[in-house]
Amino acid sequence: MRKINTRLIEEAVYKAALQAGVNLTPTCVDAMKKARSEETNKAAKFALEKLIENSEIAVEQNMPVCQDTGMAVVLMEIGQEVFLEGKLLSDAVNDGVRNAYKDGYFRKSVCDPITRKNTSDNTPAVIHTEIVEGDKISITFMPKGFGSENMSRLYMLKPAQGIEGIINAVVETVALAGSRPCPPVYVGVGIGGTFDTCAFLAKKALTREIGSNNPNKDIAQIEREALKRINDLNIGCQGFHGDTTALGVSCEYAPTHIAGLPVAVNIQCHCVRCVKVII
Amino acid sequence: MKELTLPLKKEDIANLRAGDSVSLSGVILTARDCAHKRICEMLKKNEKLPFELKDAVIYYAGPCPAKTDKASGSCGPTTSARMESFAPWLFDIGLGAIIGKGEMNNEVREAIIRNQSVYFAAIGGAGALYGNAITKSECIAFPDLLSEAVHRLEVKNFPAVVAYDSFGGSIY
Repeated sequence: MRKINTRLIEEAVYKAALQAGVNLTPTCVDAMKKARSEETNKAAKFALEKLIENSEIAVEQNMPVCQDTGMAVVLMEIGQEVFLEGKLLSDAVNDGVRNAYKDGYFRKSVCDPITRKNTSDNTPAVIHTEIVEGDKISITFMPKGFGSENMSRLYMLKPAQGIEGIINAVVETVALAGSRPCPPVYVGVGIGGTFDTCAFLAKKALTREIGSNNPNKDIAQIEREALKRINDLNIGCQGFHGDTTALGVSCEYAPTHIAGLPVAVNIQCHCVRCVKVII
Repeated sequence: MKELTLPLKKEDIANLRAGDSVSLSGVILTARDCAHKRICEMLKKNEKLPFELKDAVIYYAGPCPAKTDKASGSCGPTTSARMESFAPWLFDIGLGAIIGKGEMNNEVREAIIRNQSVYFAAIGGAGALYGNAITKSECIAFPDLLSEAVHRLEVKNFPAVVAYDSFGGSIY
């Protein structure tokens, strides 16, 4: 058994949040540069140039790359040999988020769903925990903006719809979103499980690096085919039309019920921000 | 790239076509979801707004807080479609132009044609770049709405693209 004080988790969340709000992931920057060099549409190329310039300004001036510094989504894998001591885990995460959003001059975007009153400190964070083997804790911090989150969809398909139905659902979600979620987008897809598991898997898929493929060959084939069909939609950067509508598609899957085929499609804008830390 | 000074003149608007790249300088006002709701509630009750709407340029945005050595924090556009129910009404009572991102519905496009106005698309996600185009920022209404309050921004060389022009043209 390994004792870990939740103060360490608070510090890790604080640092990860400050880093994530400012820096796009290196694979995102590479994918954007590739999109710019290949783009044939003038307006889309102009927008891609501005976005790459923006990511450089953010790093140079240590300011948020996008003003929507998101809801704080924290995915934790906790080794079952870990014994947590100190303050409550969720309090530690929320304290890390609160202080990072204040010290980083990040926008506080969390509010009551009915009164719309802002909580003023960007808490509570969305916290997912999984118990895994070992004595380590892996923390993935992903600030999630809502221009793209709003365009996400969940389908309860019939089993007979199969792979074609899954790909159609993914492509339809991106097509219906059009120019609104800040394309080029990164698409996270959850396949299987129940209503709630597939939504979580879609979010988890977005924590994978752009360009990585699922080790399952069938799933990887869905990722490739969906990406190809999305980029044939001609939505393009910012919806100005063009060659790159999505930077990538990542799918995660889980066994489901004999009667169902749940598919969740979580849209991420081109500001892919995700920091992983292991304690 | 067309250089434009705000507020726009009618002849400026008449020269703009969907897809044109522009660089804006002058005064714009931020307003997003909650501010729009409040503006429209005040107008329904015939209350005077704390700022002039006539010929104003509204930017659908909610900035990050400014560091002490900066006029503004990051300040890119938010999704315009959420303001569709408000925009036609505001155009009809004199709003000059809007800046946001993404498609809007036909009611908005028709209001833009009817009032000879324009919708500029800022580059969504370019928060840091736009924060640097702001030379002065002042909260002028609804401070309790925090980032959703109305801010008066002075901008210089603010890049955008004409999304909907006054002739019904669209970049989307």
